[in-house]
Amino acid sequence: MSAISREDVAHLARLAHIEMSGAELERMTGELDAIVDAIASVSEAAGDDVPATSHPIPLHNVMREDVVGATLTPEQALQNAPDAEDNRFKVPAILDGE
Amino acid sequence: MAAYTADLVDFDEALERYDPVLGFEVHVELNTRTKMFSDAPNAFGDVPNSNVTPVDLGLPGVLPVVNKTAVEYSIMLGLALNCQIAESCRFARKNYFYPDTPKNFQTSQYDEPIAHDGYLDIELADGEVFRVEIERAHMEEDAGKLTHMGGAAGRIQGADFSLVDYNRAGVPLVEIVTKPITGAGKRAPELAKAYVGAIREIVKALGISDARMERGNVRCDANVSLMPKGATKFGTRSETKNVNSLRAVEHAVRHEIQRHAAVLDSGEAIVQETRHWHEDTRTTTSGRPKSDADDYRYFPEPDLLPIVTNEAWIEEIRARLPEPPAERRKRLQADWGYSDAEFRDVVNAGLMDAIEETIAAGATPAVARKWWMGEISRLAKNADVEPTDLGATPATIIELDSLIQGKKINDKIARQVLEHVIAGEGTPGEIVEKRGLAVVNDDSALGEAIDAAMAEMPGVVEKIKGGKLQAVGALIGPVMKATRGQADAARVRELVLEKLGIEG
Amino acid sequence: MSEIIKLSATELAKKLRAGEVTAVEAVQAHLDRIAEIDGGDRGLNAFLHVNADEALAVAAEVDEIRAAGGTEAEALHPLAGVPIAIKDLIVTVGQPTTAASKMLEGWMSPYDATVIEKIRAARMPMLGKTNLDEFAMGSSTEHSAYGITRNPWDLGRIPGGSGGGSAAAVAGFEAPLALGTDTGGSIRQPGAVTGTVGVKPTYGGVSRYGAIAMASSLDQIGPVTRTVLDAAYLHELIGGHDPKDSTSLNEPVPALVDAAKQGLTGDLSGVRVGIVKELTGEGYQAGVQERFNESVEVLKAAGAEIVEVSCPNFKYALGAYYLIMPSEVSSNLAKFDGVRYGQRVLPEEGPLTIERVMGATRAAGFGDEVKRRIILGTYALSAGYYDAYYGSAQKVRTLIQRDFDAAFEQADVLVSPTSPNVAFEFGAKSDDPLAMYLNDVATIPANMAGIPGISVPGGLSEGLPVGIQFLAPAREDARLYRVGAALEKLLEDSWGGPLIDQAPELAAATTGGAA
Ligand SMILES: [Mg+2]
Ligand SMILES: [Zn+2]
Repeated sequence: MSAISREDVAHLARLAHIEMSGAELERMTGELDAIVDAIASVSEAAGDDVPATSHPIPLHNVMREDVVGATLTPEQALQNAPDAEDNRFKVPAILDGE
Repeated sequence: MAAYTADLVDFDEALERYDPVLGFEVHVELNTRTKMFSDAPNAFGDVPNSNVTPVDLGLPGVLPVVNKTAVEYSIMLGLALNCQIAESCRFARKNYFYPDTPKNFQTSQYDEPIAHDGYLDIELADGEVFRVEIERAHMEEDAGKLTHMGGAAGRIQGADFSLVDYNRAGVPLVEIVTKPITGAGKRAPELAKAYVGAIREIVKALGISDARMERGNVRCDANVSLMPKGATKFGTRSETKNVNSLRAVEHAVRHEIQRHAAVLDSGEAIVQETRHWHEDTRTTTSGRPKSDADDYRYFPEPDLLPIVTNEAWIEEIRARLPEPPAERRKRLQADWGYSDAEFRDVVNAGLMDAIEETIAAGATPAVARKWWMGEISRLAKNADVEPTDLGATPATIIELDSLIQGKKINDKIARQVLEHVIAGEGTPGEIVEKRGLAVVNDDSALGEAIDAAMAEMPGVVEKIKGGKLQAVGALIGPVMKATRGQADAARVRELVLEKLGIEG
Repeated sequence: MSEIIKLSATELAKKLRAGEVTAVEAVQAHLDRIAEIDGGDRGLNAFLHVNADEALAVAAEVDEIRAAGGTEAEALHPLAGVPIAIKDLIVTVGQPTTAASKMLEGWMSPYDATVIEKIRAARMPMLGKTNLDEFAMGSSTEHSAYGITRNPWDLGRIPGGSGGGSAAAVAGFEAPLALGTDTGGSIRQPGAVTGTVGVKPTYGGVSRYGAIAMASSLDQIGPVTRTVLDAAYLHELIGGHDPKDSTSLNEPVPALVDAAKQGLTGDLSGVRVGIVKELTGEGYQAGVQERFNESVEVLKAAGAEIVEVSCPNFKYALGAYYLIMPSEVSSNLAKFDGVRYGQRVLPEEGPLTIERVMGATRAAGFGDEVKRRIILGTYALSAGYYDAYYGSAQKVRTLIQRDFDAAFEQADVLVSPTSPNVAFEFGAKSDDPLAMYLNDVATIPANMAGIPGISVPGGLSEGLPVGIQFLAPAREDARLYRVGAALEKLLEDSWGGPLIDQAPELAAATTGGAA
């Protein structure tokens, strides 16, 4: 069911925002294919009647009251920022300039 | 590319050949004290990045906790939209990278929204009612605010860099998604405006949002598609993002109908894409087309647990709901006995609440309407403020009216008194006292003025004696002049007839 | 080597209370040990950051309070003054937190994890931050951006992972206690291969707030110690409800210290111990299997009733784990993008857009194993594959829980080897991700079901430690402490002392050491 192609991995790398060289894509394709082969049987393990478990311990309605707590100062918020200006995080252009 | 043509087909012409199908996604920012998943203040306009906790910045190691009030507000809204409230619902992660999204996923709801399958009856100006079906209303969090710097002012295109403020990141949102709306025809733009207006009115009445569109408290994404008249299969739609005023919603829908028609007429296909609305030109431009990058990889949020409702909780919340705005309007019009036109004018002037309060304070519906829609509105217009911000209160109106009823002052004086009230000189009673504006009720003083007038105008007196009673009017002017306008015209008339021995 | 560092946390705490040792002496002894054996080419490299000044200051405060006496001294936590090492996946104010990734090099958290708040409130000096596989992804601590950590039993071998740093620090007497995190075995497997005790609490038993998330539905913080009783003390301290973690259990911490003390009597009459058929035999090294069989005999001799249970769906556990874990990883690690904190790397060529900066930052900031899991998780969640992969894996989770439910009807606790093999040599599996993943085959089911597990030393195979794992139903962590302490006591009686006493003496790191 797997047979993952290099194009698949290139697409996944784009979705995941990780730039990859051609060699890296090549290697990752082989590894991913092997891993997916090894775990593909999972898809046949359970029938339709088996419910999914997304939380190991089933709790519900865990909520907090609408009460304001302590905040960071702008200085604390920006203390680790790679770049900042005017109390705000600074990032390069979102769209390509040309 | 033809699909991006600026050519538009005349609106009426477009509607001759095509049926529009609409769909809306309206985002409502809730006015809770804190954010959806953190206890940072939910506040507008503060110093950038001051209303943030580690959770709102998506720092390593943080975890979200659901705001109970936001959940209850969402249930209120679901009930007001006649929705089913889910017995169990949960949060999901919508994964996409964008610098205003601190975790690079939005915590939202996907396959299990808190409210679903509702409707809203939308009344257009002429009374025609359209039912808009609601598919779902789900809870999610807002993103931060990006400011684009360099290049054209504030535009993302051509910007050199952007600045990010996460104060808004995590503000609770409810996203209301309609089912496809068919059958509106030519009234589609009007319906669009009325629908978004109705949502705004409801959330305001519920008290769960500040509902200020100019601040982005209510934001609308409008989906438009056309299908050839009589067809049943929907056409390809465009989604115009962030249309943020009622007028813009109407114009954007109208524009997209005209643009779609032009594209279809030319034989081209509509591209499924998002479009940006430009208020200045009243046009849309192409955003990015839907692509495989829109694979959001939704999955249940493992850091949050399901919300399970029960009847007692829902009924307790239902009990907090105010009367639905549309029903309230119907009830008030009937109670007050206004005509359709009168009532519509009141609503359009935004004076329904003020009039309701004034009547509740003891005024008759006619008096309340006379003052709010008349002199107060006129003065407000001159001062360029809202009538309710002018400084006149229900108490002012009630006092003015009782002064008139008690014949202390007449209508004309009352209008002057109102101006003094607005100038902050005191209550109407105090002003009448201070300024000596009380009507001259002293019959002897009045009698002197009448005698003087009759002496000056013997011809008029003769006419009255001859049975032309309306000639009394000619005497009232000089009497008023002599009393500096403080005479009661009706009393003047009585005294003249009395003096001449004529039965009034 | 100073006698102080050989003491268990419980013994050290007693001496601190009695005034026989000061907290400053205790901290200094451990700092000296770290200085001696942690650095250099052949050092353990268990620590990524040593927090000497703050640790000594906290110790001095404890000594002052004790010297002054009175109510404040009496109110001190039993572990006050006992030093502890912290896995560098847990955020701390005043010390960098890196998750052993270049991505977070030098990152200073503006907030403390909830467990760190508790450590501070108990006035336990923090010795520093310990090494791990990058973002806790690995079973060998070979995947750290800051170098490998060595196993004190054999410096040429792995200390397990991801919490190899915490396990090596405790096994090497650099710290009596440490905190770890366990997503698929990252506390228990390092415990097994370093001859130490490691506990993964019931999911929700310890707050995750401030533990950098790997896989949110699987992660738990837990104790890393040299004795079961020490683990019980530490677990009771860090456990309990935290309103900042929605998945935190809103119930009191069980009486774990009492349970451990009960176990130390060596009596297990009335306790039913289930051997999980699927977690023995094939795939387990012979020496590991032998030590396991002996341990079962010891339990039987202590009065336990031994039964065999079957968990047929465990064969899917590894596969399901390698779908759920990377899926959650792909989303949890999306926040590391060079915008708000951490490294920012600019693309070498082409247009400078934020999207490309994110891509370059993540390319340079993450190591291969992290990228592999992000890509695998992105795949498992992507349109068209969700149902087959992520959805199916969540169903397997249900099947595994049902297997456990059935097994716990027959047995009070389950037992298995912790790891199928003893510590392997560096590089032995690093080229083969699948071989590496098999290390966790016995530990993963507990994470999938949210139940607690403990690994205790079970003897040596070829001179290297073997771990014995016990599992208990959710919220029944106390059972682990009773059974674990009993096995520990009875085995130590047979060995004539703790297993760790058989570890080779470590020479000062700068002079080299055993190969
Ligand atoms: Mg939407
Ligand atoms: Zn939305």
